[in-house]
Amino acid sequence: MEFKIANKAKLVTVSLMAGGLTMLAIGLFIHMGDHNFLTRLLSNTLINSFFFFSIGLGALFFLALQYATETGWYATVKRVIEGLAGFLPVGILLMLVALFTLSITQGAHGHVYVWMNPDVYDVNSHHYDEIIDGKSGYLNQTFFWIRTLVYLATYYIFYRGFRMRSLEEDRVGGTEIHFKNYRKGAMFLVFFSVFSSTSVWDWIMSIDVHWFSTLFGWYTFAGMWCTTMTVLVMLVLYLKKQGYLPKVNDSHIHDIGKWTFATSFLWSYMFFSQFMLIWYANIGEESTYYIQRIEEYQLMYFGMFFINFAFPMLILMSRDAKRNASILIFVGLIIVVGHWLDVYVMVSGGSMGAGASIGFVEIGMALAFLGLFIRVVLTNLTKAPLTPINHPFLDESIHHEI
Amino acid sequence: MAETVIYAMYDDDDVLKNGAKKLVSKGVKISEVFSPFPIHGIDPIIGVKQTRLGIMAFIYGLIGLTLATYGMRFFMIDDWPMNIGGKPSFSYMENMLAFIPITFEFTVLCAAHGMAITYLIVNKTLPGMPAQNPDPRTTDDKFVMEVRLSENTAFSASDLEVMLKDTGVIELDQKEI
Repeated sequence: MEFKIANKAKLVTVSLMAGGLTMLAIGLFIHMGDHNFLTRLLSNTLINSFFFFSIGLGALFFLALQYATETGWYATVKRVIEGLAGFLPVGILLMLVALFTLSITQGAHGHVYVWMNPDVYDVNSHHYDEIIDGKSGYLNQTFFWIRTLVYLATYYIFYRGFRMRSLEEDRVGGTEIHFKNYRKGAMFLVFFSVFSSTSVWDWIMSIDVHWFSTLFGWYTFAGMWCTTMTVLVMLVLYLKKQGYLPKVNDSHIHDIGKWTFATSFLWSYMFFSQFMLIWYANIGEESTYYIQRIEEYQLMYFGMFFINFAFPMLILMSRDAKRNASILIFVGLIIVVGHWLDVYVMVSGGSMGAGASIGFVEIGMALAFLGLFIRVVLTNLTKAPLTPINHPFLDESIHHEI
Repeated sequence: MAETVIYAMYDDDDVLKNGAKKLVSKGVKISEVFSPFPIHGIDPIIGVKQTRLGIMAFIYGLIGLTLATYGMRFFMIDDWPMNIGGKPSFSYMENMLAFIPITFEFTVLCAAHGMAITYLIVNKTLPGMPAQNPDPRTTDDKFVMEVRLSENTAFSASDLEVMLKDTGVIELDQKEI
């Protein structure tokens, strides 16, 4: 069945974008003269670009994972995953804009990306920083951009390939495409296993340039995966409520609900592992990251951890809850906000420090991006039949029962 | 109290499943099915209630959580305050992070063992218990359906046998227990 965007959804997305932009404009007007205005604006573009880009990337990763493991149950929701992954081209563009504006403003004058400020490498300047100078072999603008372009290009090429073969499969059928997807899926996972860590080291961890954590990549990746699964379950429920996806039954919803539940635990585990090791060792250069966030963002930081961990754990634990649309939507909305706050604290903690506050600029921009995200994803869904026609595991998926 | 039980044996789980569907639609109550492996989708057909093992697992987990928290508080804070790595040694709350991994492990341990033991007790399959299945072949490649006369008062034993024979049984057995 072909999907058509309901008028209500059109109205909601447009008003989200319009409302968001209006709030953003008000925020910009109010804060125009602030000394940290540019830092604030560019931190926010980075936060929102990265957050929504990572939902698309998480969907691409999940799709590749299903291909590489030759999973059967997901065939009926495959197009929905592809719809989410279809945000990638837009997300990549947003990331490029966010990183490029930071790049030409020298990392917003060294407040977001301190290492982009040329003064820190100048021995005669009072900004000279020996530690950053020592890292300059890796953290310099040229190499940073080479890496960024390689990451984004790889993601885009794999997305294009998966999407093209998926549509081709609808026309020709057979198993040849399936095995090609299997190989490409495995190959993507190899690239992704490295890039998922290194890309967030470059984009996010380098904000706190003196600090480093090996787990940081996995931690961010776990948050990205969890957000994707949550968005996926909400989108499937929405489509189902609109009367689409007739082949998706309770068991599919249950399975995606389980993914939400499991990845929330994965994220909490990563949060805890990173936090506890640093707390235990108590080495000055490692603990600064947490000391700063605990002092300046205490409520938000631990509140974010609490809602991202306790809500899915306690509410989604039982079997019935994972099959209940209202409970899933309720928990889903909360943890999407929770994970946005996670990214917010990651970026703002380093760039804005104690001067950060959530106001018109933050909320307005987030709403505008949200509207854009929903609109792009829904538009993607209209471009292909919502149930793949010749997927080799389609029959298995239709009879999926757990 | 003596009771007549009919055991119908099949050599294919799908045949048994279809037979069970047919019998249930006629109003026959099937009390049990013995099989070497779990038959997917048989539970709703013969009306097996949803298991409550998950709830028990949650309760065992809570017990584990409480025991671990209480135990570590007593050992490490109250009874003999331990100073490890210069961490504050007189407060459980400030040291909580160090205790979480063990709390987690102990919760899982209690939930898993409690659940396994409960399962074995409920099914009467603790080591050394006599076997419950009517025919040893149901542990190999045969499937047996059990129909009790006392639960099917609307039918006579011969009625039931006729109906069962329709469903493709390979062996029919009647026992007084």
